[in-house]
Amino acid sequence: MNNSVDFQTDPSNYRHWRVDYNGAIANVYMDVDDNGGLFDGYDLKLNSYDLGVDIELADIVERMRFEHPQIKVVVLQSGKDRVFCAGANIRMLGGASHSHKVNFCKFTNETRNALESAEADSGQKYIAAIKGACAGGGYELALACNYIMLTDDRNTSVSLPEVPLLAVLPGTGGLTRLTDKRKVRRDLADVFCSTEEGVKGKRAEQWRLVDEVITNSRFDQAVLERAGEFAAASDKSDVSEGIVLTKLDRTFENDGNIRYSTVDVEVDRASRKATITIRGPDSTPTNIESFIDEGANTYLLRLARELDDAILHLRLNELELGLLIFKSQGDHEKLVAHENLLLQNADHWLVNEVLQLWKRVLKRIDITSRSMIATIEHGSCFSGILAEILFAVDRSYMMKDEFEDDDRRIAHISLTDANFGMFPMANGLSRLQTRFLGDQNFLQAATALKAERLEADDAEKLGLVTMALDELDWDDELRIFMEERASFSPDAMTAMEANLRFAGPETMETRIFGRLTAWQNWIFNRPNAVGHKGALQRYGSGMRGKFDMERV
Amino acid sequence: MEDHVKVNYDTRIPNNVGLSSDRKVLRALEKWHPGFIDWWNQLIPPRYQQSMVYLRTAVSADSKGWAKFDYVKMPDYRWGVLLAPRQEDRTIPCGEHYGAPAWQEVPGEYRNMLKRLIVIQGDTEPASVEQQHLLALSAPSLYDMRNLFQVNVEESRHLWAMVYLLFKYFGRDGREEGEDLLRRSSGSEETPRLLGAFNEKTPDWLSFFMFTFCTDRDGKMQLESLAQSGFDPLSRTCRFMLTEEAHHMFVGENGVTRTIQATLEAMNRVNIDDPYDIDEIRSLGVIDLPTIQKKLNLHFSLSLDLFGQELSTNAANAFNAGIKGRYMESKLEDDHKLVDDTYTVKTVKNGKIVAEEVPALTAINMRLRDDYIRDAARGVKRWNTLIRRNGVQFEIKLPNEAFHRQIGVFKSVHADVDGDLIGKEEWDRNVSKWLPTSGDNDFIQSLMEPCYEPGRFASWIAPPRVGINNMPGEFDYVKLHMA
Ligand SMILES: [Fe+2]
Ligand SMILES: [Fe+2]
Repeated sequence: MNNSVDFQTDPSNYRHWRVDYNGAIANVYMDVDDNGGLFDGYDLKLNSYDLGVDIELADIVERMRFEHPQIKVVVLQSGKDRVFCAGANIRMLGGASHSHKVNFCKFTNETRNALESAEADSGQKYIAAIKGACAGGGYELALACNYIMLTDDRNTSVSLPEVPLLAVLPGTGGLTRLTDKRKVRRDLADVFCSTEEGVKGKRAEQWRLVDEVITNSRFDQAVLERAGEFAAASDKSDVSEGIVLTKLDRTFENDGNIRYSTVDVEVDRASRKATITIRGPDSTPTNIESFIDEGANTYLLRLARELDDAILHLRLNELELGLLIFKSQGDHEKLVAHENLLLQNADHWLVNEVLQLWKRVLKRIDITSRSMIATIEHGSCFSGILAEILFAVDRSYMMKDEFEDDDRRIAHISLTDANFGMFPMANGLSRLQTRFLGDQNFLQAATALKAERLEADDAEKLGLVTMALDELDWDDELRIFMEERASFSPDAMTAMEANLRFAGPETMETRIFGRLTAWQNWIFNRPNAVGHKGALQRYGSGMRGKFDMERV
Repeated sequence: MEDHVKVNYDTRIPNNVGLSSDRKVLRALEKWHPGFIDWWNQLIPPRYQQSMVYLRTAVSADSKGWAKFDYVKMPDYRWGVLLAPRQEDRTIPCGEHYGAPAWQEVPGEYRNMLKRLIVIQGDTEPASVEQQHLLALSAPSLYDMRNLFQVNVEESRHLWAMVYLLFKYFGRDGREEGEDLLRRSSGSEETPRLLGAFNEKTPDWLSFFMFTFCTDRDGKMQLESLAQSGFDPLSRTCRFMLTEEAHHMFVGENGVTRTIQATLEAMNRVNIDDPYDIDEIRSLGVIDLPTIQKKLNLHFSLSLDLFGQELSTNAANAFNAGIKGRYMESKLEDDHKLVDDTYTVKTVKNGKIVAEEVPALTAINMRLRDDYIRDAARGVKRWNTLIRRNGVQFEIKLPNEAFHRQIGVFKSVHADVDGDLIGKEEWDRNVSKWLPTSGDNDFIQSLMEPCYEPGRFASWIAPPRVGINNMPGEFDYVKLHMA
C-alpha cells in the first residue's frame, strides 16, 4: 500500500480541520497545517489545500450527517487570521501529473456537491463566513455553501484569479456556480473572473457574489445570529443522537485485491481490469428499531461506504485498470426484505441518510472514468437498489438458462421503487428515465413489472440489460469484449463513455462535470498552462507564462 | 524641465505634475480632500492643530530648494503632489523587460500588481500617523514635538502622493482604493491597516524612536525598491519621498542616541559602571541600556515581518515584471534578470537553522531584508561608539532574524536573540530578558511627562547637538496654542 492514498480518516487523525458542535450549530474551522501536504515538494500555506485536506473535509461532511444529525446549520470558517482559504495549492498542481490533477479535481468537485446538497438531502445548511483572503478554490468552497457572508474590512475580497494568474479555470464548480447557482450577470462574471484581486465589500453583494456583507466588528455576531435564525427556521426534525461511522472492515492484499465485509475487489493487472463483487446481506433487521441498533453495521450503509472507498481507491491508486466489472452474489429475498424495510421507513432520518449516501455512491460510479460493465451471473442479487448499478454502467451481460456444473440460482433481476426516481443522476432523471429517453414505452413496461422476477430473456427484451448470453456464448463474448476494450485508447474510452452516460437535460451538476471539467482538462493538457513555459509551471518563479497566442 | 521643478501653487494643491490642466485628477483629488482633512482633524488633538509649528514645506522638487522652513498651523500645511524630476531616456531597470523604455502609463498586464503595491505602500503612510497621534501629549521637548509633527505631515503627504498615483492611473478602482485608504485605520477591529506592524500601538516616545528607526526604515527600503520601478511615475514619486524619509530615519536614530546619551551622562554623574544596575539607573530618571535593547528587539523583529515570506511569488513577479527593483538596482552589476541566479536564505530544516540556495527571483524579499539589516546595523554601530566613548561596557545588538517572528519560516520555532533554536520552555523562561515586560513599559510610561518649555528636555533624553535648520537651543519650535 505504499504511496497510495487512503480515503478513510476520522476526527482523531485530522490535521487541517477542527469542528465544534454546539446544539444545532456546528463550526467547522479550516486551519491547514503548512507541513501536512500529502506529497513532498509544497507547503500548504495560507489555508491552501491538496487532496489530503479535502479528504478530511469530505469526512467531516459525511460524519456531520450520520454522527451529528442534531446539527442543522454548519458554519464554515477559517481558523487562521487574515485568510479564509487560498484555494488549491498551486505548487501541488504544478508538480502533479495530469491524472492526479484530474482525479483531485473530480474528488474535490464531488466533495463540494456533497456539501452543497446537505441542505436539501439532510437538512444541514452550510454558511461560509469569510474573513480574510478568499481566492480561487477558497471562493469555490464558499460557492458550494448554501449562504455566503463576507466581512467588510476594506480589504477582504472574494476572487477567482485562476485565469489571469495561472491560465487555468476555476474548475471546482466556480465558473458554473457563478452563473447557474448565484445567477451572476455574465458580463459581471466576466469582469470578476479576469480580475486577479477580486471584488470586496458591498459590490460583492450587489454582484450577487455573496449573500450578505457585514462590517467587521459586527461580523462574528451577525454570523452567530444568522446561524441561529437558520437553525430555528429549519424543518429538519430533531434527532437526539447519531450513529458512529466505525472504521471500515477492509483488508488490502499483496496483489492489490481488497476484501471488505460486503465487497471484494479482485485485480487482474495483465488484462487491466478489476472485478468488484458485491455480497448480498446475510440477514436483515426486522424492524426500524433493530435497524437503528445496527448503526454503521447495517447492510446498505456498510455496502455504500465500502463500495465508495473501493471506487475512490481504484480511481486514484490503480490508474491502469481500465475496466471495472461489477458482480453481485447473494440472497435476493433478503436483499428485497432489507430494501423494503428502508423504503417503508424512508422518512426516518437514518434511513434517509443511508439512501442519500447510496445516491451519492451511484453518482460517483456514474462519473468514474473507466469502462464499466456488470455481469449478472447465476446466484446474483441485482434487485432494486443494487440494480441501479446495472443502469449506471456502460454495458451489462446476463446469464441465460442453466450453466453446466453451476447450481446457483438462475440469474434474475427485479425492479422496485428504488429504480424509478429515488436515486436521480446528475441530470435530475432516474437512470431508467435516462436510459429510455427515446421510448417512453420501455419505461412504462418496466414500471408495470415492478417486483417481478425477470430472467435474462425478459430483461433483454425490456432493454434492462445489454445482452443475454447462454453457456455457449458467455465466456467467448465476454472475452472478446474485454480484449477489444483493452485495445482501445483509454482517452477515447473516457471521452466516449462520459458523453454517452449523460443523456437528457443539463443541470448545474452536469455542466460542472461535463463542460467545466472537460474544458479544464483540455487546458490542463495545453502548453499555455502546463508546458515548461506555461503559466502553471512558472507560477512562483516570478516569470510569466509564455503563451502561444493562436486561438484554438 | 524648468517649469516642472517649480511647485505650482495656482490651484489649492501644490504640485509639479501639471494638476491645473489635469481636470480629471484634480476633481478626484478635490473630492477626496475633505475626507482627508476630516481624518486629520479627528486624529490630532485640537490644541496642537491650533499651534504654530516650525515645519519645512516642500516648495520645489530639486535638490537645493525643496525644503522651506516656517511656522504653520498643521491643518494649513500644504500637502502637495511632488515628483522627482523626470530623467530623460530612463529604461526599465530589471526583469524581463530590462532595457526597454520606462513606462509612462500603466501597462495593462501589470495594472493589478502595481495597484496593489501602491495601495500597500499608501496604507502604511497614514497608519503611522494614527499610531503616533497622542504622542504630543507627552513630548519630552518642543524640539521633539516639532519633529513628530514634521514626520506626521510628511507621512500624510506620502499618502497624498500615493493617492495621486491611484487617481491618475487607476481610474474608478483607484478612486475607490483612495477612499479605502482613509477608511482603514490603525489598530481598528473594524477596518485594520493592511500590515501587522502598522496596527501595533506606539505608546511612548522610545517606541516612537524605535518605530522610526526600524519600521520607517522598512518603509524606506520599500520606497527604494519602488524608486527602481519601470513605471516611471511611481519611481519619481518614491524618489522624492525618499528625500523626506531621510529626516524620519534621523529622528529615530537621533532620538535613541539622545536617550542613550542621557542614560550614560546620568550613570557617569553618580559613577555607576554596571549597565545592569537597573534599579539604580532608573532611579536617576533615565532608561537603562538593557531596556533600550529590549525595545530594539521588539521593533526590529516586528519590522522584519514586514518583508513578508522568505520565498515570495509576488515579489518574484513584481521584479520580473520590472515594477519593483532591488535596493540600488541601477547600481548593481549583474544581468538584472536573475533568471538562473540563486540567493542564500536562512531556513529551518530538521530543527536547525541552515542556509539554503534558492532561485534569486523568489528571494527578492530576503535580499531587500538583508540590505535593510545592513542599513540598520550602521545606526547601531554609532550608538555603540557613543557608549564606548563614555566608558560603559555594553553593546547594543540587532537580534537575529529568527528571533520573535510572526511571519515566515521562523514563525513556527523559538529562537533566542543570537538565533539559537530553543524550546518553548526556555523561551518562556527568558522572554522577559529579551522583550519589554509590562514592568519595563510601565517604567518608560512613568517617564513620559511633557516638557513644553523652550530649550528644556525631559530627564531621560539629552538635547540635540544641532537644532533644526541650525536654530539655537532655546528656539521655540512649537508655539503652543493656549486655550
Ligand atoms: Fe512615508
Ligand atoms: Fe517615514
